[in-house]
Amino acid sequence: MKINSVKIISLLFFVLSAFYLYTAHQIQVFAFDEGAPFNAKTFPIYLGYAGMFFAGLKIVLPDRKPIEVNPTHLEFKKTILLVVTMIIYGATILKVGFFLSTSLFLVFSYYFLGERRWKYIIIFSFPFVAIFMYLLHGLLAVYLRDPLLKYIGIMG
Amino acid sequence: MIEGILIGLKTALSFQNLLMVMIGCFAGTIIGMLPGLGPMTAIALMIPITYGFDPATGLILMAGVYYGAVFGGSTSSILINAPGVPGTVATSFDGYPMAQQGKAGKALAIAAYSSFAGGTIAAIFLLIAAPSLSKVSLSFRSPDYFGLMILGLTAVAAFSSKGNFLKAMMMCVLGLMLASVGQDTLSDIPRFTFNTMNLSDGISFVLVVMATFAMSEALTIILKKNDPTKAAKQISLTDLGSIKVSKEETKQMAKTIPRSSILGFIVGVLPGAGATIASFLAYGMERNFVSDEEKEKFGKGSVQGLSAPETANNAACSGAFVPLLTLGIPGSGTTAVMLGALLGFGIQPGPRLYETNPEIFWSVIMSMYIGMVVLLILNLPLIPYIARILAVPRTFLIPMILFFSVTGIYLMSFNNFDIFLMIGIAVVATILRLYDFPMPPLILAFVLGGLMEENLRRSLLISDGSWSFLWDRPLTLCIMISIIIIVSWQIYKSFFQKN
Repeated sequence: MKINSVKIISLLFFVLSAFYLYTAHQIQVFAFDEGAPFNAKTFPIYLGYAGMFFAGLKIVLPDRKPIEVNPTHLEFKKTILLVVTMIIYGATILKVGFFLSTSLFLVFSYYFLGERRWKYIIIFSFPFVAIFMYLLHGLLAVYLRDPLLKYIGIMG
Repeated sequence: MIEGILIGLKTALSFQNLLMVMIGCFAGTIIGMLPGLGPMTAIALMIPITYGFDPATGLILMAGVYYGAVFGGSTSSILINAPGVPGTVATSFDGYPMAQQGKAGKALAIAAYSSFAGGTIAAIFLLIAAPSLSKVSLSFRSPDYFGLMILGLTAVAAFSSKGNFLKAMMMCVLGLMLASVGQDTLSDIPRFTFNTMNLSDGISFVLVVMATFAMSEALTIILKKNDPTKAAKQISLTDLGSIKVSKEETKQMAKTIPRSSILGFIVGVLPGAGATIASFLAYGMERNFVSDEEKEKFGKGSVQGLSAPETANNAACSGAFVPLLTLGIPGSGTTAVMLGALLGFGIQPGPRLYETNPEIFWSVIMSMYIGMVVLLILNLPLIPYIARILAVPRTFLIPMILFFSVTGIYLMSFNNFDIFLMIGIAVVATILRLYDFPMPPLILAFVLGGLMEENLRRSLLISDGSWSFLWDRPLTLCIMISIIIIVSWQIYKSFFQKN
């Protein structure tokens, strides 16, 4: 059996299924439900076994067409930067407000992906978000939480 | 039925709903045109917006997006040989050579007319088949539903991901696992919440769809250094040539359309088969039907070679609505997203939808048809302008997709946890995509998880814990035999067959 990335992912899935199965057994059901033909943990237990079964088959059976991904052909730096930017965006959106956090997220994302035309970066961030907010909040009456704009008095 | 059609027309033709169909078709075309972003991503991005509307309007918008995205996928296949979705791969076989011959406008027109005709014929079939099947499916019981759901999952795993059956089944199980997070529906006992209040309501369907499709698609494009708009830079998107179709070409299409529509609709109804298989089958079938002289033209810009897959994939899209509307069981990833959206509106599709919410049932069917008319009248002449979206650089495109994904979840929950969870799932999905683990089975399983557990619960309680319910009824037995055949065949094919 040749070890490759798909087999490793399958092994991780096998471990996840085993952990899921263990957690499923730990679910506390009502005393009168304990011996019932079906209770809150029945379905998850079957799922745990199913996950282990399919992952096990994938590990054991040979791969006819193994997929090889060359890490040197992948763009890790930009992807990680984007993910980190999204996490910061997600962390600040409630406190800083929709307008500023979204506009800054867009500015940084454009920049990290290699865009250097500042005219377009600005147009497709601050004014774009303002129009989007107007459409959503002003026209479609979808609530948008923005403490900053509320403090300034722009948003009600 | 006539009364139902009139109710549907009245709802679908209201000013607001007509506007939604137009917006949906337009937005769907733009998103579907971008290679890699198919109908599922398009619908996923629209779901948060639809929650502000009443169910009928929301569904009408999504139906418009669906058809627009399929049409958009064909456009990128023809113009830049980069199919937006697998269902339009066969379109590029003859569509792209036509575009290379300077007949891009004509190829787009043939695709649009064929799609329209295929959709029209399929919509008529749907009008006839759906109410009758709804009545038949009223006799289905929990064991049958449970069996049908497993059949749907195995069929999608088998047919939608060639050679990746075990990977697809693992994704099905992962989807079911994600669906089991939260309080048990009957006993309210928390499961897999790890004492976090944020998980007690379970994981939002929109969150999973956004993470596994829109967001992970965007991250995959960056990670793999793909540029979906690269091919568009090499051709003129403004000079596409005439969109007029000659009499001779119309005659050729007239022969192709009926047979491809029937084939497409039947394949679309089957769980898991969908538009991709329908379009390839129609292409192959058409090649066998035409004269030797015409056969030579296949792959070099044949009118019938282009018309057949386009007709079939649109007919299959309508066919896919049959199991969704009549049984409440989606047969494909896209209809699974639609089912998730319906459940979000508090509507349970199935045989009773026809009786309890006729206005929704019929307005969805009628709006699908209106959507096709809109595509033909509005989108076709506007294609030279819409096609310019293909020239938008990825430096702007990717952040926009990520922005819409995060905003979608933010608008629904106003909760940081959901955003972080979505980013986490998207990162995992990106890694899985890299190694060809398919995402549609995960979504289908996630949507069906609750229903599957409910039907298994009923079946086991009725049979007092015995699994004999799987073979007690002839219908359930037939379904189970089909599942065993599919699973055995796929495992045999994957590992023991040379070719």
